[in-house]
Amino acid sequence: MHPAPSIILFTTLSGLGFGMLAFLGLDAPAPRGWTAFWFFLIAYLLAVGGLLSSTFHLGHPERALKAFTQWRSSWLSREAWLAVAALAVMGLYAIGLVFFDTRLRVMGIAGGLLSLGTVFATSMIYTQMRTVPRWNHWGTPILFLAYAIVGGALLTGRVELARAVLPLLLLLQIFAWIDQDRHEQADPTDIGTATGLGTRGKVRAFEAPHTGENYLTREMVFRIGRKHSKTLKGVALALGMVVPALILFLPFHHALAAVAVLLHLAGVLVQRWLFFAEARHVVSFYYGR
Amino acid sequence: MTTLPQHTKKSLGLVIDLDTCVGCHACVTACKGWNTENYGAPLADKDAYGANPVGSFLNRVHSYEVQPEAGGPAQLFHMPKSCLHCADAPCVTVCPTGASYKRVEDGIVLVNESDCIGCGLCAWACPYGAREMDPEEQVMKKCTLCVDRIYNENLPEEDRQPACVRTCPAGARHFGDLSDPDSDVSKLVAERGGIDLMPEQGTSPVNQYLPPRPRDEAPEFDVLAPYLEPVAEEASGFLGWLDRTLSKVS
Repeated sequence: MHPAPSIILFTTLSGLGFGMLAFLGLDAPAPRGWTAFWFFLIAYLLAVGGLLSSTFHLGHPERALKAFTQWRSSWLSREAWLAVAALAVMGLYAIGLVFFDTRLRVMGIAGGLLSLGTVFATSMIYTQMRTVPRWNHWGTPILFLAYAIVGGALLTGRVELARAVLPLLLLLQIFAWIDQDRHEQADPTDIGTATGLGTRGKVRAFEAPHTGENYLTREMVFRIGRKHSKTLKGVALALGMVVPALILFLPFHHALAAVAVLLHLAGVLVQRWLFFAEARHVVSFYYGR
Repeated sequence: MTTLPQHTKKSLGLVIDLDTCVGCHACVTACKGWNTENYGAPLADKDAYGANPVGSFLNRVHSYEVQPEAGGPAQLFHMPKSCLHCADAPCVTVCPTGASYKRVEDGIVLVNESDCIGCGLCAWACPYGAREMDPEEQVMKKCTLCVDRIYNENLPEEDRQPACVRTCPAGARHFGDLSDPDSDVSKLVAERGGIDLMPEQGTSPVNQYLPPRPRDEAPEFDVLAPYLEPVAEEASGFLGWLDRTLSKVS
């Protein structure tokens, strides 16, 4: 799949933002006053910035409101509803904390759960794709949620928790990558079932329908140099989990914590790039790639 | 609504004969022509005469080579591919705006272009690559089964079929109701053992492909062969003398 920068930025930033909102809503003690203001500002910038970035890949962003209509069947529509609901509820909760020094507990819990629900809905947009075996896998929703939770813990300064969950995320990610490789290998679709000619012998794409590229080959038949996949996975693990965890074991300092957060962000961006670039869409069989 | 209908009154679709298709791309041209001039946004081309031309098409012809396991020469097949108007169309349910829908009356999968936000999710959901974003209009384009021809009473009756079917010079494309067991297309599918593409994807495609008939299996027999048998094994006359003489020299 083509790793579009707008979608990579959207899933990464909004994942972090909603993860942060989940901690602000669910976990006590909540920050108050100006501290709360800055925390919520960062969380909203990430979540809303991510959502705005996602509209850049739309052909007709001016019709985006229509995306709220099909929540019965479409995960993208559900994501839109959950995101708006989470941002609205958390907004009211934030007003209580910032201006009235009051924690509206029920509202915080509801907003926190809606924030996690938004991340889950985002992940289901990918997970539901039967056409992309690597996404159509338990690892997709679990990892989207896990990255949001770990990022939220880091950004809200929960050092103890972050130390504990970073190694867990590392193991989970490695296991998911291995199992996704296996899952993709085991997928029954190949050029034989794609053409229906597989029972007659070995099928080879002889001639493409056209000499150049088309929308399908650009969007879905992206060919990553798979030789770099292992290196990039190492980079994602090192930046995303290993180095931030090591930094957190050093004596705490705000500057160091900021470095840990930025490194984690860079690691998640690499992981998300791989999530798209490495995923094989079954339509590539028609093009013999 | 982007939920799928439980049942459609008809299942209109195409039957494509892989044995007959000669890969001439006439259906591609006819499709592009009709669908550029009629219903919906025209099918755009960008940089058409430049170094990297790209454009939207609703029908494309691939060619595949099959090397039989048992040996023998490879066989070449041409495979036109367009929307298969699936009964369980995954492209419809992912649509967030309701722009994509499957018609209850005839099972055709269509896009309401004024509702399409161009998110591209339906193209991801389709295993067949049947949907392409128009590079100019930025809305999703797909085969409409020439919905503006098949019911069009302003056209002569023989023209009330999809442009690709009407134009095919080899008769490799057939159009009809595949839910009616007595229709010509259903009989053809039953007779020739029509197949689904990627059945394991669970899309229940309506369009059917007729597999090539067996080849190179009967023993080779030619009615003229007995008359063409060599009369003389050994060369005689001048050529015979030449052959003998040259054999002595070399």
